Amino acid sequence: MSDMLKVTDLRAGYGGEPVLQGVSLRVGKGEIVAVIGRNGVGKSTLMRTLIGLLPVGAGQIEFAGREVNKVTAQARARMGIGYIPQGRDVFPRLTVRENLLVGETARRGGTPDYDKVYEFFPILKERARQAAGTLSGGQQQQLAIGRAMVGGPDLMLLDEPSEGIQPSIVKDIARNIKRLNAEGFVIDKGRIIAEVGPEDIKDREKVKKWLAL
Amino acid sequence: MSTLFSFLFQFGDAFAFLVIASMGLAIIFGMMGVINLAHGEFIMCGAYTTVSLAQLGLPLPLAILGGSITAGLIGMVLERTIIRHLYHRPLDSIVATWGATQGVLIVLGSTMQGVGTPLGSFTVGGFSYSTYRVVLMGIAVLLLVSLYLFFYHTRAGVIARATIQLPRMARATGVDTGKVYTLTFGLGAALAGLAGGLYAPTMTLVPTMGATFMVESFVTVVIGGGDIFLGAAPAAAILAVIRSGMTAWQGQLFGQIGLLITVIIVIRLLPGGLSGWILGGRK
Repeated sequence: MSDMLKVTDLRAGYGGEPVLQGVSLRVGKGEIVAVIGRNGVGKSTLMRTLIGLLPVGAGQIEFAGREVNKVTAQARARMGIGYIPQGRDVFPRLTVRENLLVGETARRGGTPDYDKVYEFFPILKERARQAAGTLSGGQQQQLAIGRAMVGGPDLMLLDEPSEGIQPSIVKDIARNIKRLNAEGFVIDKGRIIAEVGPEDIKDREKVKKWLAL
Repeated sequence: MSTLFSFLFQFGDAFAFLVIASMGLAIIFGMMGVINLAHGEFIMCGAYTTVSLAQLGLPLPLAILGGSITAGLIGMVLERTIIRHLYHRPLDSIVATWGATQGVLIVLGSTMQGVGTPLGSFTVGGFSYSTYRVVLMGIAVLLLVSLYLFFYHTRAGVIARATIQLPRMARATGVDTGKVYTLTFGLGAALAGLAGGLYAPTMTLVPTMGATFMVESFVTVVIGGGDIFLGAAPAAAILAVIRSGMTAWQGQLFGQIGLLITVIIVIRLLPGGLSGWILGGRK
């Protein structure tokens, strides 16, 4: 069983403020894994620590069989981790096309498959010359995913991909992300409290308990 | 007719000077937010290197290129060793760049024989004009066009703009932002060196010559704001009209006073400069 990503007892946070207090999870090749939990429990902190924008306090991150605790964000991106942050963070005064061009920086060779990106998100072709800052939230989300795609990643980290986006586009994006069985981790107070399969996620009662809705 | 030509020449000369003198400063400020008080010293460094190389027998264009490259390399070393550690402390970076200027002044500290203005002169309506200054006008325009092509039509330029807009996100897409900053600072320093080299043949070299350029370049950048093309370039054009107009009307001194009054008015009305105002208005 080859793990694409293996996180062991990860601790991290902002300054002296611990947010993640021992998170462990695994993502296998070709798997879709969701991390769910209430606001403020550390989902975004986890994502930022995984891409390397926040330092690892303790524990270990392994990517493609290599420990990357001390590896910089730009080197992790070039190793094949694509990052789609909360709030999208498209480069606002660059055009759509230029945003994708910057995304190519992460490539380890070969030519990017623009046809595939445009097939997934036709709007990016239509708006190629428009400034990214003038796109709607959903279009920016598609651009952020497209920008990660042209980098040819082996692992994509999507932070709140559906936040603030109209439902029709969320469905569209979800259809594009969904390839295999979904699996989930539930995070609470900086720890993983449950590991759940796709059938559990359909169980409304369990989900309500985990999220304490 | 000859009066019109005279005014156009004055305008073109002022515009060329403002553009050439300020581009290096504008790039370092606009792209990195660093107020580079060593700008004048990069200019001086370019001028001294140019004259030294020319006196060794190198053709002037090559000597100017050498001056620009030397200033650029020194700029990259300065960024790597000092400026890099001060990005989160803008005031400290000002002091550091100023400190660098004092060091350079102590090391050089001598006056140098100039090389004389090349290309001779031509006459329109009884007045004689320097051909070299017309060449400088062409170079100023060429410089703006080249920088535009670089920042908007090359991969490296687009990545530099991305880095300036969202440095963290640029890192997360694989951009080596440290390298971008070093190269950007180097480019700014090289442009300052180019300014020194280009104007070296028109002046006597003294170690404090950078100061001659400082007022004009700071005025241009302050009025222009952070964006080179929406800010510094139009600011240079406006200031050139004001300076050549005031100079033609009341003489050199009033040209300078006109610039300073314009700055005071612009800071009061448009604190973000021209580009801040244009971009702010579009949001």
